[in-house]
Amino acid sequence: MAAVDILKDVVNLLTKPWLFITLSSIVFFVALPRPSFWRPRLWLALGVGGAAFLAVSMLDPDFGLIVRKPDNVPIVAMLFLVGFFVWLSMYQAHQNDARIAAGQKPMEASEGEDQKTWVWPDLVYTELLCMVIGTIVLVAWGIAFQAPIEEPANPARTPNPSKAPWYFLGLQEMLVYYDPWLAGVVFPSLIIVGLMAIPYIDTNPKGNGYFTFRERRTEITFFLFGFLILWVLLVILGTFLRGPNWNFFGPYEYWDLHKLEALVNVNLSEYVWVKTLGTRLPSNMLVRELPGILLVLVYVGVLPGLLMRSDRVAGLPIGLKRFYDKMGFFRYSVFVMLLLGMVALPIKMILRWTANLKYIIAMPEIFFNI
Amino acid sequence: MATTTPTKPFLSRTWDYITDTQVWKSVFRHGMPNNSRNRVLVVFSNVFLHLHPVKIRKSGIRLKFTWCMGGLTFFLFLVETFTGLLLMFYYRPTVAYAYMDIIDLAEQVPLGVMRELHRWGAHAMVISVWLHMFRVFMTGSYKPPREFNWNVGVILLVLTLLLSFTGYLLPWDQLAIWAITVGSNMARATPLLGHEGPGAQLLALGDVPMVHAGSDARFALLGGRFVGEGALLRFYVLHCVGIPLVAGILMAVHFWRVRKDGGISGPV
Repeated sequence: MAAVDILKDVVNLLTKPWLFITLSSIVFFVALPRPSFWRPRLWLALGVGGAAFLAVSMLDPDFGLIVRKPDNVPIVAMLFLVGFFVWLSMYQAHQNDARIAAGQKPMEASEGEDQKTWVWPDLVYTELLCMVIGTIVLVAWGIAFQAPIEEPANPARTPNPSKAPWYFLGLQEMLVYYDPWLAGVVFPSLIIVGLMAIPYIDTNPKGNGYFTFRERRTEITFFLFGFLILWVLLVILGTFLRGPNWNFFGPYEYWDLHKLEALVNVNLSEYVWVKTLGTRLPSNMLVRELPGILLVLVYVGVLPGLLMRSDRVAGLPIGLKRFYDKMGFFRYSVFVMLLLGMVALPIKMILRWTANLKYIIAMPEIFFNI
Repeated sequence: MATTTPTKPFLSRTWDYITDTQVWKSVFRHGMPNNSRNRVLVVFSNVFLHLHPVKIRKSGIRLKFTWCMGGLTFFLFLVETFTGLLLMFYYRPTVAYAYMDIIDLAEQVPLGVMRELHRWGAHAMVISVWLHMFRVFMTGSYKPPREFNWNVGVILLVLTLLLSFTGYLLPWDQLAIWAITVGSNMARATPLLGHEGPGAQLLALGDVPMVHAGSDARFALLGGRFVGEGALLRFYVLHCVGIPLVAGILMAVHFWRVRKDGGISGPV
């Protein structure tokens, strides 16, 4: 029994937001370019292991309570589906890369595949089969799980936690790090605009119509980081690991309404004026927040120009000169703004985890906090 | 005299008889699609099939390349339309009736599984539309000449989320109103347009604020200061008529452009 408890404690620890997101990101960046990581057997083992982990964990009452909620069932399914399709695409991408490196065409254009075939019967029967299977799955699912209905709506009694619909929980998780005007309005808009801008920013003519990684290394890395880490992972975090008061609870932890979390987050202005200079906070709002304002101005105003000058900045390979050369001024400007917007989230996360930073600019007087 | 014409089996004769009637011929203008001519005609003469080309590259129909996620999303949209229509027979979008109508649906309607299909179908559609976008990205299928259709797809993705979001409120239980409260509270912080958003204070005539709790973006979304009668009706109308209509039109554009931009993408 003790061994099981230790194991549970380890999992509870590993899923703490900072560790969970950091470890996932490391695995992501290590795995993506390495063909050996995408072998079918490894992923079969991962899938079976994941299912076994899920089945065994159901024995834990706290775990079962959350995972078995009818509305959370599709999210568990999504976890396995996303895993499967990420594997399928990356496996085929690396296979194609090997073929292209050997001077062959990608699989989609290989001998026989490039020939034409009849839509009737070949395609319409595939479609019919997909529809039949879809219907069977849906009906079985509908019979197995009743659609949930809770108590009648009561505006006077707020449930704790109050959660948005599951597909928006990534946004709700962002609220931990940014205020609603950013996490709920500006970032979602940027995501939509950013997605729409992709075909106009990405000028790489290669990799059109077939899976490949090597020919589109940067695009795929950016997109998948956004999709897998900043979206799917945060949805999972928000669904399964956030309990009352949006506090973190490990998968085997009881959702204790009275769990205490010390609020130790400090604004940048306090770091500068009080902790570094040893004075009181200036009474004028703009003077008080001057360090933060300057920092943000540098981030959006100076950094794009700095990154554009070379491929290495301060010894790190984070320069964007090669993109600027390819894209030209206008495309680069849009690209770099979207990129900085996307990276703003991990940056704030790291600042929060390491320095307890609350706001870079804190002007609650005019609802302007960053 | 010894030669007798071999008689065809009964089923075959019946089939010949049926396909020779005027009624059958008025519906199907060609024979069984088992030769080239009829395989062309079956696609050309059928309004549903004519979305397709007559012939298609082999890799373009392989599931390991296409995943069928776009098709599945469309199929789920049809499932949602059909089950949603049936649900509308039983459901009245008012605070007094909404919740009890849902309870009745579960307890009084024989073999009632439509709400289950509708809800799980909605979750499945969100997932399938993400996976469709994921496949399209991973095969670089947004690249020229398909840039515009990718954009139509992004809007359809957003509309799918909005369809699910507006439907979330309709059961009018605790889960519903508080999820929508959390979601719509964001609108309160919209820069300039939300009464707790940065810059909203700038929009004032002297001491009179133009953007306040009774006139901001959240108010427009909910038709009130909180999730109540007005929000329920708005979400119902958007869910059942407004968004499906726009999504339907955009789907037509999306499918049309798939064909016009050269069919399903493939290596050139």
